Amino acid sequence: MIEFKNVTFGVNDEGTDKEIIHDVSFVIPDRKFVVITGPNGGGKSTIARLIAGIEKPQSGQILMDGEDITQMSVTDRAKKGIGYAFQQPVKFKGIQVFDLIRLASGKKISMTDACQYLSAVGLCARDYINREVNSSLSGGELKRIEIATVLAKASRLSVFDEPEAGIDLWSFQNLIEVFEKMRRDIKDSSILIISHQERILAIADEIIVIKEGRVLEHGVGSEVLPKLMGTDSAVPECKMGMAAKEGEEDDTV
Amino acid sequence: MIQFDEIQKRLLSEVADLHSVPEGAYNIRSNGAALGRASTANIEIIPKEGKSGIDIKIKPGTKNESVHIPVIMTESGLKEAVYNDFFIGEDADVVIVAGCGIDNCGNQDSEHDGIHRFYVGKGAKVKYVEKHYGSGNGTGKRILNPVTEVYMEEDSSMEMEMVQIKGVDDTERVTKSELAKGASLVVHERLMTHGDQRAISTYTVNLNGDGSNADVVSRSVARDNSYQKFDAVITGNAACSGHTECDAIIMDNGRILAVPGLEANSVDAALVHEAAIGKIAGDQIIKLMTLGLTEEEAEEQIINGFLK
Ligand SMILES: Nc1ncnc2c1ncn2[C@@H]1O[C@H](COP(=O)(O)OP(=O)(O)O)[C@@H](O)[C@H]1O
Ligand SMILES: [Mg+2]
Repeated sequence: MIEFKNVTFGVNDEGTDKEIIHDVSFVIPDRKFVVITGPNGGGKSTIARLIAGIEKPQSGQILMDGEDITQMSVTDRAKKGIGYAFQQPVKFKGIQVFDLIRLASGKKISMTDACQYLSAVGLCARDYINREVNSSLSGGELKRIEIATVLAKASRLSVFDEPEAGIDLWSFQNLIEVFEKMRRDIKDSSILIISHQERILAIADEIIVIKEGRVLEHGVGSEVLPKLMGTDSAVPECKMGMAAKEGEEDDTV
Repeated sequence: MIQFDEIQKRLLSEVADLHSVPEGAYNIRSNGAALGRASTANIEIIPKEGKSGIDIKIKPGTKNESVHIPVIMTESGLKEAVYNDFFIGEDADVVIVAGCGIDNCGNQDSEHDGIHRFYVGKGAKVKYVEKHYGSGNGTGKRILNPVTEVYMEEDSSMEMEMVQIKGVDDTERVTKSELAKGASLVVHERLMTHGDQRAISTYTVNLNGDGSNADVVSRSVARDNSYQKFDAVITGNAACSGHTECDAIIMDNGRILAVPGLEANSVDAALVHEAAIGKIAGDQIIKLMTLGLTEEEAEEQIINGFLK
């Protein structure tokens, strides 16, 4: 369980203080699949970074299972059971896909086991396991490898930041299945996904809408989703082709 | 049967991956004397007269054979210059493993200067691996100044892997090469310096024949107060292609000077250089920390991968 209590966070942008998250409070309970949605620039990724400990709030508290982790380091939070798939996956020189999955799992794992995580995200494991995690991989491939590492980490709370971004429609179907399976196997853990995708929102136990750094809405999925239909916060699958195309263009930059 | 002591064993495994006497031709030099030497039907190793070193003669057409010529030094205060000449016959295809390991527990400097010349015959293929390693906690320095000259005939190819990851206090490496028509040279250098170490690496590649090509790539890490200089000049005198790349990570108070140079003397020469120096990207460290690694463990993984 993760709890935000009156969390405020800002940055210093070229000399002027800019508050991004204003007095935000919410609870992500155990055994729940929670989706955060809302307009771009609303502060969703910033919340994910605050959960992982990459950013520290200026005021307020972050609690994990009741323990105050507000000042806890990224490493300690990861060890305590927070996993985080970045919106923009990080590239490395020389580090291979297998290395990342092995480090994520935190133990010695076999090639076969590592490959299962890749297959789970729709990558032909044999072709990828020894590849370097560098710019020779496309944006969509990096994104799926990022998701695979978080699967391998098997956390108490797994955060996925826009997992659908840059992934083509066909692979998206597989991905939905990955998340549906994660939801079934949730046990005592919790899953937090930042997404605009209707099909992901549709399987949410709870939906939180973040806008301009504030919680606009937080409730049971089936109650919140209908209000979002037809807005940018819930994009139906048939529009994904366009979204994916934009993503592909990003890859070539 | 040659008997190695523990330090010799450790140095040999570091520089040449050797755990016993190698197969094929070899010459093991320890503290200035030959510890063992063997020729084969196709590869002859002959000691030089009047100066230190050996001639390595590889018969034309020799295939899938290897030569190991490791050098180890365990006595403090030794200083030597060794001249090794390799004559690689036409169409031969061989692996040459050199390397020098110095263990200096004393307070006097130990220095090995290896001067290697390669005459690569028409159509011959050579893979050359050279590893440098230093150990021992004496105040005496471990110094290595290798000079490598490569003369490549038509359609020959050579791949050089130069590795110096640990323990060498001071090194000045000079590599020169001349390539005839259709010859191909690939160099991969991997270097890490720490403490107060200094490493200077100078490459001069002359592409003299049409269709010749060279690719000189260096990846390096400078930590603590160490200093590195990478100076690579490719000269294109014909219809050729050349590429040099220096990709370096600096840490602590490390310093790196990269001086890539290109000279085109033919309108058909296509030459490219790239150089990038910077600290480890912050997001790489953060990513690994979100997987549960400490900052130090993350840095170690990033550097290991980078130098792999
Ligand atoms: N380090 C930063 N410096 C300046 N502005 C930032 C920084 N991080 C985030 N922001 C700004 O905060 C707002 C929220 O960003 P983000 O959390 O990425 O939004 P979302 O993920 O909802 O699209 C944006 O306006 C963004 O430009
Ligand atoms: Mg975002």
